[in-house]
Amino acid sequence: MWELIQANKRDSVLLMVLMALVLLTLGVVIGLAVVGPQGGLIGVGIAVAVWLLLTLISFSSGDQILLAASGARPVTHEVHPQLFNVVEEMKIAAGLPAMPKIYIINDPAPNAFATGRSPKSASIAVTAGLLGRLNRDELQGVVAHEMSHILHRDILYVTLAGVMLGGVVLISQIFFRGMFRGSLGFNRRYSSDSRGGGQAQLVIAVVAVLAAILAPLMARLLYFALSRRREYLADAGAARLTRYPEGLASALEKIATDPAPQLAAANDATAPLYIVNPFKKRGKMDLSAWTSTHPPIAERIHILRSMSQGASYKDYAQAFAAVSRSRNPVPLAAITKEQVAIRQAQAEPTRQEKTQKQARQIGDIMRKVNGFRFLTCACGLKIKVPPDFKAPAVECPRCRRTLPLATAASGPA
Amino acid sequence: MTTTAIASIVIFALLFLIVLVVISIYNALVRLRNQVDNAWSQIDVQLKRRHDLIPNLVETARGYMKHERETFEAITKARSAAMGARTVSEAGQAEGQLADALSKFMLVVENYPDLKANQNFLALQEELTGTENKIAFARQNYNDQVLFYNNRTQMFPSSVVAGMFAFTKRDFFEVETAAEREAPKVSFA
Repeated sequence: MWELIQANKRDSVLLMVLMALVLLTLGVVIGLAVVGPQGGLIGVGIAVAVWLLLTLISFSSGDQILLAASGARPVTHEVHPQLFNVVEEMKIAAGLPAMPKIYIINDPAPNAFATGRSPKSASIAVTAGLLGRLNRDELQGVVAHEMSHILHRDILYVTLAGVMLGGVVLISQIFFRGMFRGSLGFNRRYSSDSRGGGQAQLVIAVVAVLAAILAPLMARLLYFALSRRREYLADAGAARLTRYPEGLASALEKIATDPAPQLAAANDATAPLYIVNPFKKRGKMDLSAWTSTHPPIAERIHILRSMSQGASYKDYAQAFAAVSRSRNPVPLAAITKEQVAIRQAQAEPTRQEKTQKQARQIGDIMRKVNGFRFLTCACGLKIKVPPDFKAPAVECPRCRRTLPLATAASGPA
Repeated sequence: MTTTAIASIVIFALLFLIVLVVISIYNALVRLRNQVDNAWSQIDVQLKRRHDLIPNLVETARGYMKHERETFEAITKARSAAMGARTVSEAGQAEGQLADALSKFMLVVENYPDLKANQNFLALQEELTGTENKIAFARQNYNDQVLFYNNRTQMFPSSVVAGMFAFTKRDFFEVETAAEREAPKVSFA
């Protein structure tokens, strides 16, 4: 495990350095093209400044920004005790030093992600749709996947790399805008200065345009290649933590076949965080194999279901080799000699519930997150009281009984 | 003069390097041993939580289950035996009996649909499932940590340091009864 974390850290640092190099190259070339021979240094200076600023922001409050951007809300134990129990179970299995903060996203699309700086200050966010649709074993699988991201130190680096990608895209966009408006004096001053310099300047300008087009693409490919590998590794980690690969496999299957519309608050920067790509088929994007942040979900399920020998990283690596032809995501250093047996299912196989009942459950979870109070009348009717209802008692609409509203059970302010 | 000076500098540098390596291995071993101890205390925390949960569970269920006095008595007796246990083996045995009694209780619950519809009871049942899982996962984590620690104390460079500073091999936490091998099958509607 320690070896795996080390290998992962090394990869992450490599990614950061490559990203910084892409950013620097972009800075030098654009600087040369826009300002002239002495512009290279200025470009480097600006690129470094942008890099530092973005890194500082993402270190200090990257997780809060991502959680807010995803519409995740912090919840208490009462809103969903089972989620809290499952997270604590996985925290214990992973031997984390602290309990992650738990957030719920009020959205019927089932998905989840983890973020944070370190295992000591991590957060896990799940959607209401996920809680409504999965049984306990499946929820455990998803939470274990997120816990593995935390344990493998993926969370900080995904945030940092995402910010880096944002920086590269930002700089090339500023360059293109400047070029088309001509406000940066691009390519005009020098053609009148000297005939000989004009030729070289033109070459540099062409290189700059190429760099500005290619750099964001390169950065994206680097980012995506590594984030896909991390998804496989987190799947392997989840199988090992729960000792039950079928839980995650069945959860992924449910998420993949879910009829709900795609997650409303997901965007390009947050998409790689989620356990399953939040963007459903958008038609035009058919380069999926290259630009997808996530491995094909059918393959992930197939690998997990092929783990018949045990639940260790080695068993996952073997199953991976049998199913996929891509490079094995499990670093050899991580493979220690261990016998990890698969346990039995605990939850009932699958709740064959009607979609209507599931939709009602999801609605109830979303109301709880929003501070609704729930009362059960003696006649069996469940009354959902909105948070801004101020009267001290409520009348049951079915049996006309008057029910007092307990002030202690009020929702979050 | 100069050659002996160089030779002694080289020897001192080598010794210094060896001391550094020994220190870093020693620190790694201490870290692993602390993790083993911490994982052990986690099991205790979860067992205590199970003890605290039982009176509530029994109180809620008793009203509905008039004919199950034996089941309740078995749970209460196993609980007090587990809480009063002095030695590790005593505790292991008592906790095994408690787990047996609880899993039997959960099977009997299936015969009482009224109880299964009770909101309080459902909440308690989730807490019990969670606690049983936490005990199992705490044990799993302890065994994982013991494996890492034992591997380190037996593999070459660190085994020398482990021998010098008496880092002894730790035992795995084996489950005691057949029933303990599987967490009680709790179903929740």
